[in-house]
Amino acid sequence: MRLVKLSLWLLLSFPFLAVGTSQYNLPVGVTDISRDVYELHMTIFYICCVIGLIVFAIMFWAIIHHRKSKGAVPAQFHESTKVEILWTAIPFVILIAMAVPATKTLIAMEDTTKADLTIKVTGSQWKWHYEYLDHDVSFYSVLSTPREQITNQDEKTETYLLDVDKPLIIPKGKKVRFLMTSDDVIHSWWVPEFAVKKDANPGFINEAWTRVNETGIYRGQCAELCGKDHGFMPVVVEVKEPAEFDQWLANAQLEKAQAAAAEKASLDLTLSKDELMTLGEQVYMANCAACHQPTGMGLPGVFPALKDSPIALGDVKAHIGIVVHGKPATAMQGYSKMLSLKELAAVVTYERNAWGNNTGDLVQPSDIQESMGEAQ
Amino acid sequence: MTTIAESHHHHHAPTGIKRWLFTTNHKDIGTLYLLFALLMFLTGGAMALVIRAELFQPGLQFVEPHFFNQMTTVHGLIMVFGAVMPAFTGLANWMIPMMIGAPDMALPRMNNWSFWILPFAFFILLMSLFMEGGGPAFGWTFYAPLSTTYSNDNTALFVFAVHIMGISSIMGAINVIVTIVNMRAPGMTYMKLPLFVWTWLITAFLLIAVMPVLAGAVTMVLTDKYFGTDFFNAAGGGDPVMFQHIFWFFGHPEVYIMILPAFGVISTIIPTFSRKKLFGYASMVYATASIAFLSFIVWAHHMFTTGMPLAGELFFMYSTMLISVPTGVKVFNWVATMWRGSISFEVPMLFSIAFIVLFTLGGFSGLMLAITPVDFQYHDTYFVVAHFHYVLVTGAVFSIMAGAYYWLPKWTGNMYHIGLAKAHFWLSLISVNILFFPMHFVGLAGMPRRIPDYALQFADFNALISIGGFAFGLSQLLFVAVVYKCAKGGQKVPAKVWDGAEGLEWEVDSPAPYHTFSEPPEVK
Repeated sequence: MRLVKLSLWLLLSFPFLAVGTSQYNLPVGVTDISRDVYELHMTIFYICCVIGLIVFAIMFWAIIHHRKSKGAVPAQFHESTKVEILWTAIPFVILIAMAVPATKTLIAMEDTTKADLTIKVTGSQWKWHYEYLDHDVSFYSVLSTPREQITNQDEKTETYLLDVDKPLIIPKGKKVRFLMTSDDVIHSWWVPEFAVKKDANPGFINEAWTRVNETGIYRGQCAELCGKDHGFMPVVVEVKEPAEFDQWLANAQLEKAQAAAAEKASLDLTLSKDELMTLGEQVYMANCAACHQPTGMGLPGVFPALKDSPIALGDVKAHIGIVVHGKPATAMQGYSKMLSLKELAAVVTYERNAWGNNTGDLVQPSDIQESMGEAQ
Repeated sequence: MTTIAESHHHHHAPTGIKRWLFTTNHKDIGTLYLLFALLMFLTGGAMALVIRAELFQPGLQFVEPHFFNQMTTVHGLIMVFGAVMPAFTGLANWMIPMMIGAPDMALPRMNNWSFWILPFAFFILLMSLFMEGGGPAFGWTFYAPLSTTYSNDNTALFVFAVHIMGISSIMGAINVIVTIVNMRAPGMTYMKLPLFVWTWLITAFLLIAVMPVLAGAVTMVLTDKYFGTDFFNAAGGGDPVMFQHIFWFFGHPEVYIMILPAFGVISTIIPTFSRKKLFGYASMVYATASIAFLSFIVWAHHMFTTGMPLAGELFFMYSTMLISVPTGVKVFNWVATMWRGSISFEVPMLFSIAFIVLFTLGGFSGLMLAITPVDFQYHDTYFVVAHFHYVLVTGAVFSIMAGAYYWLPKWTGNMYHIGLAKAHFWLSLISVNILFFPMHFVGLAGMPRRIPDYALQFADFNALISIGGFAFGLSQLLFVAVVYKCAKGGQKVPAKVWDGAEGLEWEVDSPAPYHTFSEPPEVK
């Protein structure tokens, strides 16, 4: 019986111990809302603890003192309208006490009006796309943890699985509104430190907002099962001082203009096979290998193989068309938004010449441009 | 008395495999259900161990993410539809006729049929794991469009398997209702029904109400994928969130389908070993009915992050919080039953006490999850995984174990090896908490569910969880050993196995004869 008491004590005190080290509790976070949410969480947690302690104390008192082995004789009572009404009514009162602050916080969370900045967040298998509406800046944000760390060949870094190539950048102290949607399945955009989690539903737009009080880098993950690499699409947000943010935004716009110019210039390029294959391999590994596999073999029944496939060996234009525009009603998305003409040309060339697909076809940026033009 | 003597002479039960294939006897069918549930419990458990092996360390070690997703999906489906639900149906088959003084279930042939289609359903489901591209990998909740456009052809097999499970459940539920309504012994009024019978009666109505909804959901998934409909396809004017509304309109009553009979089992065992009548019988019945009613108006609390209007979020928050009132009444009644009783700690009682404590913990985390603004943080994390495993494993499964240890001597006529059974209890109790308790912490710290690999801050707790998982899984082999030994032989038990037990099932011999209550008993 001592063992029971001890284990129960441990069980009940464990949460209290854990609260001390916030690493194992909900983060307090860096927004007013996240603080409110944390307070609410702790309040309800403590209420539950008190109720639990009282109920279990009574139960264990009975277990210890009203035992047959101690010669306890059973009482005869088996109902009491008074007591039963009382313990139906008391929980009602406690629930109302919980519901009031919860309702207040919820109303504040759902108020997406008067935003300073609006960012459209689009989930797709398995990356996030951020678009700063009204500022003509947009980019993809993809997991940047190297494959070797995931397969245990390299030492894992501190931010293992929580690193992206380009984080979302937002200004401190400004109300940022997010519009969530998806290109394929349902994803869910979540940053614990902001207390923002909202599903990205294909074909519909959801709203959420945050106002972050402290600069820094905040990490989260996709929260809704979205297929094979659901565990590998982190969310990283960098919060900057407003002035720095404006500078970053101006830079990003400049870079975008430069990229457009580079796209135009690339139309005149004729790249050698070596150049195309080297770049193509990089692009393939970063964007295509998750499904079609580094070997080009795909996953039978789920993702088709490219090695010896009729598409990679057949008509070049059809092949380019699928890479650029995707294939409707499948997991194959179009890459025209995500990759440059040069990268697209390289990856198609790579797919047509790697793994023994020796077609000898070279695809140039201008070929890609031509295909895009036709579709429009 | 001639009728009784005659029925003994006319009893030519076939033997061997035919006895089990063609049986219409509620006890045989109950046994089949229970053994099938045990087999599925071990199968689903083996899949859980694959999951825990992969999550023991960060990084990918044993399985690919795609296979990992198949394991989480099929583990969930098997445990819900293959282990917990058939186990309760098995208990219902064995005990309801004996508890109400009926000779058998009302529809014995349908009873045979509703069991024997089940193995085929799970055969189809399990075989889909071996098809090209693997089995279902979209979670047991099969959210569209992941289960439609973005899935391979396992969807078809999955849909057929779920249809068969649903038909089986509905037939089982009809049988329970017809039996209870029509075949009670004279004098057995509704408010004299044992609580296990009451909870099953209400559960059966829940089943009939929501299994067709599930059938509708899977059918729409099937036609979306193969016949060009667009129920859940936004590009065709459909709505993927509508899928979730339909699914959870089934799904929330479903979780009460898995817990109400558990309440019935616990309400039977606690008074026996407290040697005192159940406290607040009437309020127990009303609480069960209230929970059943509330289960239909809380479904969207599974969907707070899908983007609902504020009014919707508030409604579902309040209605969900209300559930804690009748659930609280039940817990208070059990404690009041023990209060000033004369308590002893036989194995079924140990499991029942563990049930009360640990199910209540699951109830607390359920209340926390009901609070919408905080649910945004908890949703789809391991906190949710911890919550539903507390209510389903230390809740439903512990109650099934308690029921099995309570009635096993009645079924076999032998007392089981008490030392082994106690070892099973203590090992399960400790390991199950090592397994599920730390999940609360990793969840709060931000670990999403259904991921095959995780960030480094979750590593220590995940290693601990996996150790608990293997310990819990292996402990269940003791249960198999106890049941096997008990079926083979052991100390003979009298008709009334437990001195504090009440009810008609203790008035028949142990083991219970093949036919009981051919003549209805008189209930005063």
